[in-house]
Amino acid sequence: MSVAAAVGERETAYDVLRVRRDFPILSRSVRGKPLVYLDNAATTQKPNAVIDRIVRYYREENSNVHRGVHYLSEVATEAYEAARTTVKRFLNARDEKEIVFTRGTTEAINLVASSWGGSNVREGDEVLISALEHHSNIVPWQLLCEAKGATLRIIPVNDAGELLFEEYEKLLTPRTRIVAVGHASNALGTINPLKRMIAAAHANGSLVLIDGAQGVPHLHVDVRDLDCDFYAFSGHKVYAPTGIGALYAKQALLEAMPPYQGGGDMILSVSFEKTTYNALPYKFEAGTPNISGAVGLAAAMDYVEGLGIEAIAAHEARLLQRATAELLRLPDIEIIGTAAHKASVLSFTMKGVHPHDLGTILDAEGVAVRTGHHCAMPVMTFFGLPATARASFGCYNNDADVTALVAALKRAREVFN
Amino acid sequence: MDLKELYRDVILDHNRQPRNFGRIEGTDAQADGHNPLCGDRLTVFVRLNGEQVEDIRFEGKGCAISTASASLMTEAVKGKDRAAIQSLYDKVHELLTQQDAPTDASLGKLAALSGVREFPARVKCASLCWHTLNAALAHGAATVSTE
Repeated sequence: MSVAAAVGERETAYDVLRVRRDFPILSRSVRGKPLVYLDNAATTQKPNAVIDRIVRYYREENSNVHRGVHYLSEVATEAYEAARTTVKRFLNARDEKEIVFTRGTTEAINLVASSWGGSNVREGDEVLISALEHHSNIVPWQLLCEAKGATLRIIPVNDAGELLFEEYEKLLTPRTRIVAVGHASNALGTINPLKRMIAAAHANGSLVLIDGAQGVPHLHVDVRDLDCDFYAFSGHKVYAPTGIGALYAKQALLEAMPPYQGGGDMILSVSFEKTTYNALPYKFEAGTPNISGAVGLAAAMDYVEGLGIEAIAAHEARLLQRATAELLRLPDIEIIGTAAHKASVLSFTMKGVHPHDLGTILDAEGVAVRTGHHCAMPVMTFFGLPATARASFGCYNNDADVTALVAALKRAREVFN
Repeated sequence: MDLKELYRDVILDHNRQPRNFGRIEGTDAQADGHNPLCGDRLTVFVRLNGEQVEDIRFEGKGCAISTASASLMTEAVKGKDRAAIQSLYDKVHELLTQQDAPTDASLGKLAALSGVREFPARVKCASLCWHTLNAALAHGAATVSTE
């Protein structure tokens, strides 16, 4: 059987064309060309199931949660809490109390650094992160370390962009209070060996936070199997709206942690002398939450479960493999990040063409990629690059998208010859 | 949108072979420019003779637009005095940002940058060197940022 036939067969099994029809934006054109959206690691497009659910929420259910005794407040509260149950199920958490809605990964990590870190990290302690981290999993820890007189330590990587496990083990010391590491690198795609890393950290008496922004969209996540202490993710990278995400944390940790922000909803009673905080997870959700966002997130997770995360992962892995092979056939392309285990991220440079010029030329062909430092400047510094171009795949990308990317890169080569 | 309007031959030529590329040691005026969005960095070195720019060079790393713009700028301002440079800067700024700006004859080769205005995300690339030159002339030594 020819490669093309095999590819066609598998594509039929997943039925990517049916998936594409679920995303209305994919039928629009940009710059007079059909949209080829390959910037999924930045944010994903939204399926009708999510868009329609948000519209229905505002048309039929909108009210504030946990407050009124009136009908709509009950409906909204029910929808919001049902969304929490969906997230719990998606991550395989033990209890809804362990799911705190946040604005996204960044807020979730800041919550942990501020609340847990604020009361558990002391002068002389160490926080361990990796050289692959996104700025959102660097800066909150820097702020914490600065405030506490603690030290930030960095797990180094090899030239493929893989963490050096032996170096990691050496960096685990009695002073290591927490290890904060990404599930997958947004800049390079590297999938980190979380189970081994978490086991080693726990054996050392250190907690582990996972930045799951690039994990949830592409990988089956089971927080109980991983045994991580914290898992943070953003909805918008998994086909849900922007401005909603969640923090998973083990219940005992959340119970011991002080509130992150004060306000309504996070209290049981308030007087000027003493305030009693609400039960979990509400203690960490001050103010009116992003209700429609949570409802949209649940719709996105239902949608992903409908396609099957394993099926999506297999489809994306096949696209990544094909795109990698085709890019390597082009002259002057270098792929940055060649880890053995990668999520569907393809970072690259073209000799003689700055990534920013590449981005403009690809855009003129309707191909949306990210160019720049991907909010991971230390990764770029390690590879001695100011920037790369990055194509990242989602559940709706297909072989035609890869073909369009390759054609646009050939066009860039022509322009710069 | 026509890529040929952006990447004209003059731009590609100055990107491949930037003119006045390098340093001026012991200069009285230099400044660093940085565009955090795309990582472009350049340093502009100026040697003044009174009000006149006697020599100018630049070095750094950036995209084709920022490199070519810096190269074209050094050619255009060499030998000019501050007032003439300010007037040229104003015309370049107009060229980069105003849709129907007529191309002033005094711009010379700098007119090749007119295609940039069709690409708003790239205007900062073309203007970085001019901001940096301004800083070098104003303060002697500084870092400017497009952000």
